[in-house]
Amino acid sequence: MKDSILIINQKDNVAVALQDLTAGEKATAGDMTPVTILEPVAAAHKIALRDIKAGEKIIKYGETVGKSTQRIKQGAWVHTHNLEGGR
Amino acid sequence: MTRTEEISGYKRADGRFGIRNHVLVMATVSCVNGVINRVAKEIPEAVCIPHGYGCGRGGRDKEILFRVFSGIIKNPNIGAVVLVGLGCERSNIKSLMPLIDTPEKPVTCLNVQDEGGSLKTADKAIRAAQDHLAAISGTKREPMDWKDILVSIECGGSDAFSGITANVAMGAVSDWLIDRGASVMFGENTEMIGTAHVLARRARNSEVAGQITQMVERAEDLTKQILGKKAGLAISPGNMDGGMSSIAEKSMGCIVKGGTRPIAEVVDYGQLPSKSGLILQDGPGYDPDSLTGFAASGSQLIFFTTGRGSPAGFPGIPVIKMASNSRTYMAMEDDMDINAGKLVEGKPLSQLRDEIIDRMIKVINGELSKPEANRMDVFTMLTVNPSF
Repeated sequence: MKDSILIINQKDNVAVALQDLTAGEKATAGDMTPVTILEPVAAAHKIALRDIKAGEKIIKYGETVGKSTQRIKQGAWVHTHNLEGGR
Repeated sequence: MTRTEEISGYKRADGRFGIRNHVLVMATVSCVNGVINRVAKEIPEAVCIPHGYGCGRGGRDKEILFRVFSGIIKNPNIGAVVLVGLGCERSNIKSLMPLIDTPEKPVTCLNVQDEGGSLKTADKAIRAAQDHLAAISGTKREPMDWKDILVSIECGGSDAFSGITANVAMGAVSDWLIDRGASVMFGENTEMIGTAHVLARRARNSEVAGQITQMVERAEDLTKQILGKKAGLAISPGNMDGGMSSIAEKSMGCIVKGGTRPIAEVVDYGQLPSKSGLILQDGPGYDPDSLTGFAASGSQLIFFTTGRGSPAGFPGIPVIKMASNSRTYMAMEDDMDINAGKLVEGKPLSQLRDEIIDRMIKVINGELSKPEANRMDVFTMLTVNPSF
């Protein structure tokens, strides 16, 4: 199966959509257990790889790129509506 | 893996290696650009640089002017030089020459005010360029070590995929290069905003860490001064539509191109590094200005990742273009060397990395990169003050 998401660093809790994703589809990268996508996500946007608590760090490139402002479920879209850049 | 990792170049008297052996014909002030254009028409093999600089500037701009001109002339890809000046300009040849301590690199100097005007100067410049071409054409390539190369990396005309495909692949290439003893440099201080702590953590020592923090803070302060309230946003609505949620995320997508190795040194714009390894240049985000800084710092090769599709190259320095997505690659195949968009289509990162390394080795050894073959030469430089 072709990868539909990309995990840039093993420490990341988000992955990048390599194509537009639709609700209900199973997204995967390499040999990971597929993640069920909860809502439409545009290509290059991020999805949560696991459940993320409110106030938890969002990790991409193995580094903190923001903090969640609410609980984010696995497979949900992660963007400015639930991520705070802190600047 | 069976590929050759052997590279060769032209050994210079100062011990550095060029991967090209060019005759450079450069103006020391914009007033004489017409002379340079005449030489370019007559001798297409020469690397001709007309430009908009050389006078009417002081302070830090004057420092940059002299550092850049002398750095370009001393760049190891240049085997011989014809300098065309006017005579009364700020960076006149007489003031410039003491900075060009290049033993055995022949430099012909002509001033339009001393040579009987522009047409006579052009005739002399053409003859001098022909003589230099004949004189250096017999120079043979010699094996060079990876430690003899300084590869710079630029990203420009970025899109949402730049930080996901092209720059990630480039980061893997940077690590590969540094592990072989090569030096890698990247700059664009405005694109480091929000990641100072990440870069500083990787500094060789606390002094370098301090320089990194200072550089990024200054870039951020200046961006705020100039862009005012919009500064929060060196991240734009377009960036956000593209999936970037914070300035830190956007900047991570930029600095990932430098890989993960320790940062050996921070150099000023156009300054020659004194260390080897991963080097940061305290330079501007505007691509053509940034490329000039890399070339003046002695880079022999530049990688340029692009999302929207920038065709820009640099005079005398091969620039390898990498598209972040297949659409741009296909739309501008004549300008693009590598399609990092293949990552999206399922190509493993390790394969893409090896493809880039193969292309890099060929280009080092003489194969023309796309911008080089197309002569997409651009030459601009950083200025920070008004002219007068």
